Amino acid sequence: MKFPVKRMASILTALMMIPPVVRAGEQTVDQKDKTFMMNGAKVAALKVKVGDVILFKNLDPYFHNVFSLSDTKLFDLGSFPQGQSRSVTFDKAGKVEVECAIHPQMKLTVEVK
Amino acid sequence: MIEKLRKARAWTKKGCGLFAALAMLLVLPPLFCAVCLAQGKADKSAFQFPKAFPVPANNHVTSARVELGKMLFFDPRLSGSNWISCATCHNPAMGWSDGLPTAIGNGMTTLKRATPTIVNTAFNELQMWDGRFHSLEEQAVGPMQAPGEMNSTMGDILSKLKSMPGYVQAFEQAYPGEGVSQDTVAKAVASFERTIISQGAPFDAWVHGKQNAINSSAQRGFDLFTGKANCVACHSGPNFTDEGFHNIGLNGDDVGRFAKLPIKISKGAFKTPTLRDIALTAPYMHNGEYRTLEEVIDHYDRGGDNKENLDPSIQPLGLTRQEKRDLLQFLKTLSGKQVAVTLPRLPQ
Repeated sequence: MKFPVKRMASILTALMMIPPVVRAGEQTVDQKDKTFMMNGAKVAALKVKVGDVILFKNLDPYFHNVFSLSDTKLFDLGSFPQGQSRSVTFDKAGKVEVECAIHPQMKLTVEVK
Repeated sequence: MIEKLRKARAWTKKGCGLFAALAMLLVLPPLFCAVCLAQGKADKSAFQFPKAFPVPANNHVTSARVELGKMLFFDPRLSGSNWISCATCHNPAMGWSDGLPTAIGNGMTTLKRATPTIVNTAFNELQMWDGRFHSLEEQAVGPMQAPGEMNSTMGDILSKLKSMPGYVQAFEQAYPGEGVSQDTVAKAVASFERTIISQGAPFDAWVHGKQNAINSSAQRGFDLFTGKANCVACHSGPNFTDEGFHNIGLNGDDVGRFAKLPIKISKGAFKTPTLRDIALTAPYMHNGEYRTLEEVIDHYDRGGDNKENLDPSIQPLGLTRQEKRDLLQFLKTLSGKQVAVTLPRLPQ
Protein backbone atom coordinates (compact mmCIF):
# COMPACT_ATOMS: atom_id res chain seq x y z
CA MET A 1 0.00 0.00 0.00
CA LYS A 2 1.34 3.35 -0.98
CA PHE A 3 1.63 5.89 1.83
CA PRO A 4 -0.51 8.98 0.93
CA VAL A 5 2.23 11.55 1.48
CA LYS A 6 0.44 14.35 -0.36
CA ARG A 7 -2.79 13.73 1.51
CA MET A 8 -1.04 13.64 4.88
CA ALA A 9 0.83 16.84 4.06
CA SER A 10 -2.39 18.62 3.18
CA ILE A 11 -4.02 17.41 6.40
CA LEU A 12 -1.02 18.60 8.42
CA THR A 13 -1.11 21.98 6.67
CA ALA A 14 -4.81 22.28 7.38
CA LEU A 15 -4.21 21.41 11.04
CA MET A 16 -1.53 24.05 11.26
CA MET A 17 -3.99 26.62 9.92
CA ILE A 18 -6.30 26.04 12.90
CA PRO A 19 -5.39 28.43 15.66
CA PRO A 20 -4.39 26.72 18.89
CA VAL A 21 -7.15 26.50 21.48
CA VAL A 22 -6.34 29.02 24.18
CA ARG A 23 -8.08 28.61 27.48
CA ALA A 24 -9.16 32.07 28.56
CA GLY A 25 -8.03 33.14 31.99
CA GLU A 26 -10.66 33.15 34.71
CA GLN A 27 -10.40 35.13 37.89
CA THR A 28 -12.77 35.19 40.81
CA VAL A 29 -13.70 38.45 42.46
CA ASP A 30 -15.62 38.17 45.72
CA GLN A 31 -18.25 40.61 46.89
CA LYS A 32 -17.74 40.78 50.63
CA ASP A 33 -18.65 43.46 53.18
CA LYS A 34 -19.77 45.68 50.30
CA THR A 35 -16.33 45.63 48.67
CA PHE A 36 -14.77 43.80 45.76
CA MET A 37 -12.14 41.39 47.09
CA MET A 38 -9.61 38.93 45.73
CA ASN A 39 -8.06 36.30 47.97
CA GLY A 40 -9.35 38.08 51.05
CA ALA A 41 -7.95 41.52 50.16
CA LYS A 42 -9.81 44.55 48.86
CA VAL A 43 -9.22 45.13 45.16
CA ALA A 44 -9.82 48.48 43.42
CA ALA A 45 -8.10 47.78 40.09
CA LEU A 46 -7.46 44.63 38.12
CA LYS A 47 -5.66 43.82 34.86
CA VAL A 48 -6.96 41.10 32.55
CA LYS A 49 -6.34 39.99 28.97
CA VAL A 50 -8.82 40.25 26.14
CA GLY A 51 -11.05 37.18 26.36
CA ASP A 52 -10.57 36.70 30.09
CA VAL A 53 -13.51 35.97 32.33
CA ILE A 54 -14.19 37.39 35.77
CA LEU A 55 -16.48 35.44 38.05
CA PHE A 56 -18.19 37.66 40.61
CA LYS A 57 -19.18 35.74 43.72
CA ASN A 58 -21.51 37.16 46.35
CA LEU A 59 -20.34 36.26 49.85
CA ASP A 60 -22.53 38.80 51.67
CA PRO A 61 -25.83 37.82 53.30
CA TYR A 62 -27.74 40.18 51.00
CA PHE A 63 -28.16 40.71 47.26
CA HIS A 64 -25.52 42.27 45.07
CA ASN A 65 -25.42 43.48 41.49
CA VAL A 66 -22.57 43.94 39.02
CA PHE A 67 -22.78 46.31 36.09
CA SER A 68 -20.73 48.56 33.87
CA LEU A 69 -21.81 51.42 31.65
CA SER A 70 -18.30 51.75 30.18
CA ASP A 71 -18.00 52.00 26.40
CA THR A 72 -15.51 49.11 26.40
CA LYS A 73 -17.95 46.70 28.01
CA LEU A 74 -21.58 47.39 28.76
CA PHE A 75 -23.24 44.81 30.99
CA ASP A 76 -25.71 44.27 33.81
CA LEU A 77 -25.58 40.96 35.67
CA GLY A 78 -28.83 41.59 37.60
CA SER A 79 -29.07 40.90 41.31
CA PHE A 80 -28.04 37.66 42.97
CA PRO A 81 -27.98 36.38 46.55
CA GLN A 82 -25.28 35.02 48.84
CA GLY A 83 -23.44 32.02 47.45
CA GLN A 84 -24.31 32.72 43.82
CA SER A 85 -21.94 33.90 41.08
CA ARG A 86 -22.19 35.69 37.76
CA SER A 87 -19.47 35.86 35.14
CA VAL A 88 -18.60 38.33 32.44
CA THR A 89 -16.16 38.00 29.52
CA PHE A 90 -13.99 41.01 28.77
CA ASP A 91 -13.76 40.76 25.00
CA LYS A 92 -12.39 44.18 24.10
CA ALA A 93 -9.32 46.10 25.18
CA GLY A 94 -9.83 49.21 27.30
CA LYS A 95 -10.84 50.38 30.73
CA VAL A 96 -14.04 49.08 32.34
CA GLU A 97 -15.53 50.67 35.45
CA VAL A 98 -17.38 47.94 37.33
CA GLU A 99 -19.90 48.83 40.06
CA CYS A 100 -22.80 47.48 42.11
CA ALA A 101 -26.06 49.32 41.42
CA ILE A 102 -27.35 48.49 44.90
CA HIS A 103 -24.23 49.60 46.82
CA PRO A 104 -22.53 52.49 44.98
CA GLN A 105 -19.51 52.39 47.28
CA MET A 106 -18.42 49.20 45.45
CA LYS A 107 -16.12 50.13 42.59
CA LEU A 108 -13.60 48.15 40.54
CA THR A 109 -11.59 49.28 37.53
CA VAL A 110 -10.77 46.47 35.10
CA GLU A 111 -8.04 47.21 32.59
CA VAL A 112 -8.38 44.88 29.61
CA LYS A 113 -5.21 44.46 27.52
CA MET B 1 2.74 -7.84 71.43
CA ILE B 2 -0.63 -7.81 73.14
CA GLU B 3 0.66 -5.11 75.49
CA LYS B 4 1.76 -3.03 72.49
CA LEU B 5 -1.67 -3.39 70.93
CA ARG B 6 -3.36 -2.35 74.18
CA LYS B 7 -1.16 0.74 74.38
CA ALA B 8 -1.88 1.54 70.77
CA ARG B 9 -5.62 1.18 71.35
CA ALA B 10 -5.40 3.34 74.45
CA TRP B 11 -3.58 6.04 72.48
CA THR B 12 -6.08 5.72 69.68
CA LYS B 13 -8.86 6.28 72.20
CA LYS B 14 -7.00 9.25 73.65
CA GLY B 15 -6.37 10.49 70.13
CA CYS B 16 -10.02 10.15 69.27
CA GLY B 17 -10.95 11.99 72.44
CA LEU B 18 -8.50 14.76 71.64
CA PHE B 19 -9.68 14.91 68.04
CA ALA B 20 -13.29 15.03 69.18
CA ALA B 21 -12.47 17.85 71.62
CA LEU B 22 -10.67 19.78 68.88
CA ALA B 23 -13.53 19.17 66.49
CA MET B 24 -15.98 20.44 69.11
CA LEU B 25 -13.86 23.54 69.59
CA LEU B 26 -13.82 24.16 65.86
CA VAL B 27 -17.44 23.32 65.17
CA LEU B 28 -19.22 24.71 68.21
CA PRO B 29 -18.46 28.43 67.86
CA PRO B 30 -19.72 28.65 64.24
CA LEU B 31 -22.69 26.50 65.24
CA PHE B 32 -23.35 28.79 68.17
CA CYS B 33 -23.08 31.84 65.87
CA ALA B 34 -25.46 30.19 63.40
CA VAL B 35 -27.95 29.59 66.20
CA CYS B 36 -27.45 33.18 67.38
CA LEU B 37 -28.12 34.53 63.91
CA ALA B 38 -31.15 32.31 63.45
CA GLN B 39 -32.52 33.70 66.70
CA GLY B 40 -31.52 37.23 65.76
CA LYS B 41 -28.79 37.58 68.37
CA ALA B 42 -26.71 39.88 66.23
CA ASP B 43 -23.36 41.27 67.18
CA LYS B 44 -24.14 44.57 68.87
CA SER B 45 -20.65 45.91 68.24
CA ALA B 46 -21.57 46.32 64.56
CA PHE B 47 -23.87 49.13 65.71
CA GLN B 48 -21.38 51.11 67.80
CA PHE B 49 -21.61 54.71 66.73
CA PRO B 50 -18.32 56.27 65.55
CA LYS B 51 -16.77 58.94 67.77
CA ALA B 52 -16.16 61.34 64.87
CA PHE B 53 -17.86 62.10 61.57
CA PRO B 54 -15.95 62.10 58.27
CA VAL B 55 -14.75 65.46 56.97
CA PRO B 56 -13.33 66.20 53.50
CA ALA B 57 -9.68 67.23 53.36
CA ASN B 58 -10.51 70.61 51.79
CA ASN B 59 -13.17 71.59 54.31
CA HIS B 60 -12.17 70.96 57.91
CA VAL B 61 -14.84 71.88 60.39
CA THR B 62 -14.17 75.03 62.44
CA SER B 63 -16.55 76.99 64.65
CA ALA B 64 -16.39 79.98 62.26
CA ARG B 65 -17.43 77.76 59.36
CA VAL B 66 -20.25 76.11 61.32
CA GLU B 67 -21.55 79.50 62.53
CA LEU B 68 -21.50 80.91 58.98
CA GLY B 69 -23.16 77.76 57.64
CA LYS B 70 -25.84 78.06 60.30
CA MET B 71 -26.58 81.66 59.28
CA LEU B 72 -26.89 80.63 55.64
CA PHE B 73 -29.03 77.61 56.55
CA PHE B 74 -31.57 79.76 58.40
CA ASP B 75 -31.50 82.73 56.00
CA PRO B 76 -34.63 82.93 53.77
CA ARG B 77 -32.92 85.55 51.62
CA LEU B 78 -31.04 82.74 49.91
CA SER B 79 -34.29 81.95 48.07
CA GLY B 80 -35.69 83.78 45.06
CA SER B 81 -38.71 84.83 47.11
CA ASN B 82 -36.62 85.83 50.18
CA TRP B 83 -39.11 83.68 52.07
CA ILE B 84 -37.80 80.10 52.08
CA SER B 85 -34.66 78.99 53.89
CA CYS B 86 -33.06 75.54 54.08
CA ALA B 87 -34.65 75.35 57.55
CA THR B 88 -38.15 75.90 56.13
CA CYS B 89 -38.14 72.25 55.06
CA HIS B 90 -35.32 71.03 57.32
CA ASN B 91 -36.90 72.32 60.50
CA PRO B 92 -35.01 71.38 63.68
CA ALA B 93 -38.29 71.43 65.61
CA MET B 94 -39.53 68.62 63.38
CA GLY B 95 -36.52 66.31 63.34
CA TRP B 96 -34.80 68.50 60.73
CA SER B 97 -37.60 67.67 58.30
CA ASP B 98 -41.03 69.26 57.74
CA GLY B 99 -43.68 66.86 58.99
CA LEU B 100 -45.26 66.81 55.53
CA PRO B 101 -45.85 63.76 53.31
CA THR B 102 -43.92 65.49 50.52
CA ALA B 103 -42.19 68.86 50.55
CA ILE B 104 -43.75 72.21 49.66
CA GLY B 105 -41.49 74.42 47.59
CA ASN B 106 -41.47 77.75 45.80
CA GLY B 107 -44.95 79.20 45.18
CA MET B 108 -46.49 76.64 47.57
CA THR B 109 -45.86 73.91 45.00
CA THR B 110 -46.16 70.41 46.39
CA LEU B 111 -43.10 68.40 45.39
CA LYS B 112 -43.13 64.67 44.66
CA ARG B 113 -40.70 63.52 47.35
CA ALA B 114 -40.55 63.80 51.12
CA THR B 115 -38.00 66.08 52.77
CA PRO B 116 -35.31 63.81 54.18
CA THR B 117 -33.92 64.70 57.59
CA ILE B 118 -30.43 66.14 57.59
CA VAL B 119 -29.59 64.21 60.74
CA ASN B 120 -26.36 62.22 60.24
CA THR B 121 -25.97 63.20 56.58
CA ALA B 122 -22.26 63.63 57.41
CA PHE B 123 -22.02 59.85 57.10
CA ASN B 124 -23.80 59.55 53.74
CA GLU B 125 -21.82 58.26 50.78
CA LEU B 126 -24.31 59.92 48.44
CA GLN B 127 -26.92 62.59 49.11
CA MET B 128 -30.62 62.90 48.15
CA TRP B 129 -33.20 60.13 47.71
CA ASP B 130 -31.74 59.28 44.30
CA GLY B 131 -28.10 59.81 45.32
CA ARG B 132 -27.48 62.43 42.67
CA PHE B 133 -25.03 64.42 44.78
CA HIS B 134 -21.70 63.00 45.87
CA SER B 135 -21.07 65.25 48.87
CA LEU B 136 -22.79 67.63 51.27
CA GLU B 137 -20.95 70.46 49.51
CA GLU B 138 -22.54 69.48 46.17
CA GLN B 139 -25.94 69.01 47.77
CA ALA B 140 -25.97 72.24 49.77
CA VAL B 141 -26.28 74.53 46.75
CA GLY B 142 -28.71 72.28 44.82
CA PRO B 143 -32.07 73.17 46.43
CA MET B 144 -31.16 76.90 46.53
CA GLN B 145 -31.12 76.95 42.74
CA ALA B 146 -33.87 74.39 42.03
CA PRO B 147 -36.91 76.21 40.53
CA GLY B 148 -39.33 74.04 42.53
CA GLU B 149 -37.52 74.57 45.80
CA MET B 150 -35.79 77.83 46.75
CA ASN B 151 -35.85 79.12 43.17
CA SER B 152 -32.81 81.35 43.27
CA THR B 153 -29.66 81.68 41.16
CA MET B 154 -26.12 81.59 42.45
CA GLY B 155 -25.55 85.06 40.96
CA ASP B 156 -28.42 86.50 43.01
CA ILE B 157 -27.36 84.67 46.16
CA LEU B 158 -23.77 85.89 45.95
CA SER B 159 -24.71 89.49 45.19
CA LYS B 160 -27.11 89.55 48.16
CA LEU B 161 -24.46 88.09 50.48
CA LYS B 162 -21.76 90.46 49.24
CA SER B 163 -24.03 93.45 49.90
CA MET B 164 -24.07 92.66 53.63
CA PRO B 165 -20.81 93.52 55.47
CA GLY B 166 -21.67 91.11 58.28
CA TYR B 167 -21.65 88.22 55.82
CA VAL B 168 -18.47 89.38 54.05
CA GLN B 169 -16.74 89.46 57.42
CA ALA B 170 -18.10 86.04 58.42
CA PHE B 171 -16.88 84.51 55.14
CA GLU B 172 -13.45 86.05 55.69
CA GLN B 173 -13.28 84.57 59.18
CA ALA B 174 -14.43 81.16 58.00
CA TYR B 175 -12.51 80.95 54.73
CA PRO B 176 -9.76 83.60 54.83
CA GLY B 177 -8.89 84.92 51.38
CA GLU B 178 -11.43 82.70 49.59
CA GLY B 179 -14.15 85.35 49.34
CA VAL B 180 -17.92 84.94 48.97
CA SER B 181 -18.36 82.35 46.25
CA GLN B 182 -20.47 79.31 45.38
CA ASP B 183 -17.63 77.20 46.72
CA THR B 184 -17.51 78.91 50.13
CA VAL B 185 -21.32 79.03 50.43
CA ALA B 186 -21.42 75.28 49.73
CA LYS B 187 -18.59 74.52 52.14
CA ALA B 188 -20.08 76.60 54.96
CA VAL B 189 -23.57 75.09 54.69
CA ALA B 190 -22.05 71.60 54.47
CA SER B 191 -19.95 72.28 57.59
CA PHE B 192 -23.07 73.22 59.55
CA GLU B 193 -25.05 70.22 58.27
CA ARG B 194 -22.18 67.91 59.17
CA THR B 195 -22.57 68.83 62.84
CA ILE B 196 -26.22 67.75 63.01
CA ILE B 197 -25.67 64.34 64.55
CA SER B 198 -28.13 62.24 66.49
CA GLN B 199 -26.32 61.17 69.66
CA GLY B 200 -27.01 59.61 73.02
CA ALA B 201 -29.92 57.39 72.01
CA PRO B 202 -31.02 54.77 74.57
CA PHE B 203 -29.99 52.15 71.99
CA ASP B 204 -26.39 53.41 72.12
CA ALA B 205 -26.31 53.09 75.90
CA TRP B 206 -27.59 49.52 75.54
CA VAL B 207 -24.95 48.74 72.90
CA HIS B 208 -22.34 49.97 75.36
CA GLY B 209 -23.54 47.52 77.99
CA LYS B 210 -26.23 49.35 79.98
CA GLN B 211 -28.68 46.46 80.02
CA ASN B 212 -31.74 48.36 81.24
CA ALA B 213 -31.25 51.29 78.80
CA ILE B 214 -33.94 49.78 76.59
CA ASN B 215 -36.82 47.61 77.76
CA SER B 216 -37.22 43.91 77.04
CA SER B 217 -39.74 44.54 74.25
CA ALA B 218 -37.22 46.78 72.46
CA GLN B 219 -34.52 44.15 72.97
CA ARG B 220 -36.78 41.56 71.35
CA GLY B 221 -37.39 44.13 68.61
CA PHE B 222 -33.65 44.35 67.99
CA ASP B 223 -33.51 40.56 67.67
CA LEU B 224 -36.35 40.71 65.13
CA PHE B 225 -34.71 43.63 63.32
CA THR B 226 -31.52 41.63 62.88
CA GLY B 227 -33.22 38.24 62.57
CA LYS B 228 -36.71 37.25 61.45
CA ALA B 229 -37.67 40.64 59.97
CA ASN B 230 -34.18 41.06 58.40
CA CYS B 231 -34.46 44.87 58.37
CA VAL B 232 -30.69 44.79 58.78
CA ALA B 233 -30.28 43.59 55.17
CA CYS B 234 -30.53 47.29 54.26
CA HIS B 235 -30.64 49.23 57.54
CA SER B 236 -27.21 48.08 58.67
CA GLY B 237 -24.38 49.52 60.74
CA PRO B 238 -24.41 52.28 63.35
CA ASN B 239 -26.24 54.70 61.06
CA PHE B 240 -28.78 52.03 60.13
CA THR B 241 -28.24 52.32 56.39
CA ASP B 242 -26.28 50.32 53.83
CA GLU B 243 -25.87 53.54 51.79
CA GLY B 244 -27.62 51.55 49.08
CA PHE B 245 -30.64 51.81 46.79
CA HIS B 246 -33.65 49.51 46.93
CA ASN B 247 -37.11 49.24 45.43
CA ILE B 248 -39.22 48.38 48.48
CA GLY B 249 -42.58 48.13 46.73
CA LEU B 250 -44.13 51.53 47.40
CA ASN B 251 -46.90 53.01 45.28
CA GLY B 252 -46.39 55.62 42.57
CA ASP B 253 -44.47 55.92 39.34
CA ASP B 254 -41.34 57.72 40.58
CA VAL B 255 -38.38 55.88 38.99
CA GLY B 256 -35.99 57.16 41.70
CA ARG B 257 -32.37 56.12 41.25
CA PHE B 258 -33.05 54.91 37.69
CA ALA B 259 -33.09 58.51 36.42
CA LYS B 260 -29.49 58.78 37.56
CA LEU B 261 -28.42 55.19 36.91
CA PRO B 262 -30.25 53.36 34.10
CA ILE B 263 -29.72 49.85 35.44
CA LYS B 264 -32.87 47.72 35.75
CA ILE B 265 -32.74 47.13 39.50
CA SER B 266 -32.46 50.90 40.07
CA LYS B 267 -35.97 51.45 38.74
CA GLY B 268 -38.15 52.56 41.63
CA ALA B 269 -35.17 52.28 43.98
CA PHE B 270 -34.40 54.95 46.57
CA LYS B 271 -31.60 55.50 49.02
CA THR B 272 -31.89 53.61 52.30
CA PRO B 273 -32.45 56.37 54.88
CA THR B 274 -30.94 56.37 58.35
CA LEU B 275 -33.24 55.18 61.12
CA ARG B 276 -31.63 57.48 63.67
CA ASP B 277 -34.30 59.80 65.13
CA ILE B 278 -36.86 57.91 63.06
CA ALA B 279 -39.63 58.43 65.62
CA LEU B 280 -39.20 62.20 65.14
CA THR B 281 -39.49 62.35 61.36
CA ALA B 282 -42.99 61.20 60.38
CA PRO B 283 -44.46 60.84 57.78
CA TYR B 284 -42.35 58.09 56.24
CA MET B 285 -40.91 56.82 52.95
CA HIS B 286 -39.73 58.82 49.92
CA ASN B 287 -43.32 59.55 48.96
CA GLY B 288 -44.58 60.19 52.50
CA GLU B 289 -47.03 57.33 52.06
CA TYR B 290 -47.15 56.30 55.71
CA ARG B 291 -48.18 58.46 58.62
CA THR B 292 -46.85 56.21 61.37
CA LEU B 293 -44.11 53.67 62.04
CA GLU B 294 -46.84 51.06 62.61
CA GLU B 295 -47.90 51.53 58.98
CA VAL B 296 -44.27 51.20 57.86
CA ILE B 297 -43.90 47.91 59.76
CA ASP B 298 -47.16 46.65 58.21
CA HIS B 299 -45.80 47.51 54.75
CA TYR B 300 -42.72 45.36 55.24
CA ASP B 301 -44.78 42.62 56.88
CA ARG B 302 -46.92 42.47 53.71
CA GLY B 303 -43.77 42.23 51.60
CA GLY B 304 -44.46 45.55 49.89
CA ASP B 305 -47.37 46.53 47.66
CA ASN B 306 -46.09 47.36 44.18
CA LYS B 307 -44.32 44.20 43.02
CA GLU B 308 -42.85 45.69 39.85
CA ASN B 309 -39.07 45.43 40.04
CA LEU B 310 -39.35 44.72 43.78
CA ASP B 311 -36.07 44.13 45.62
CA PRO B 312 -35.92 40.35 46.24
CA SER B 313 -35.02 41.01 49.90
CA ILE B 314 -38.58 42.25 50.41
CA GLN B 315 -40.65 39.20 51.37
CA PRO B 316 -43.75 38.74 53.54
CA LEU B 317 -42.54 38.42 57.13
CA GLY B 318 -45.40 36.79 59.00
CA LEU B 319 -44.92 38.95 62.09
CA THR B 320 -47.25 38.53 65.05
CA ARG B 321 -48.90 41.55 66.67
CA GLN B 322 -46.49 41.30 69.57
CA GLU B 323 -43.51 41.15 67.21
CA LYS B 324 -44.71 44.30 65.47
CA ARG B 325 -45.01 46.02 68.84
CA ASP B 326 -41.48 44.88 69.72
CA LEU B 327 -40.07 46.26 66.46
CA LEU B 328 -41.78 49.59 67.12
CA GLN B 329 -40.37 49.72 70.64
CA PHE B 330 -36.92 49.08 69.23
CA LEU B 331 -37.22 51.83 66.59
CA LYS B 332 -38.19 54.31 69.30
CA THR B 333 -34.90 53.65 71.09
CA LEU B 334 -33.00 55.20 68.15
CA SER B 335 -33.99 58.78 69.04
CA GLY B 336 -30.97 60.75 70.20
CA LYS B 337 -30.89 63.28 73.03
CA GLN B 338 -32.77 66.34 71.91
CA VAL B 339 -30.50 69.37 71.78
CA ALA B 340 -31.86 72.92 71.95
CA VAL B 341 -31.16 74.81 68.72
CA THR B 342 -30.70 78.56 68.96
CA LEU B 343 -31.46 80.63 65.90
CA PRO B 344 -28.62 82.77 64.57
CA ARG B 345 -28.84 86.55 64.31
CA LEU B 346 -28.58 87.25 60.59
CA PRO B 347 -26.49 90.06 59.08
CA GLN B 348 -28.45 92.99 57.61
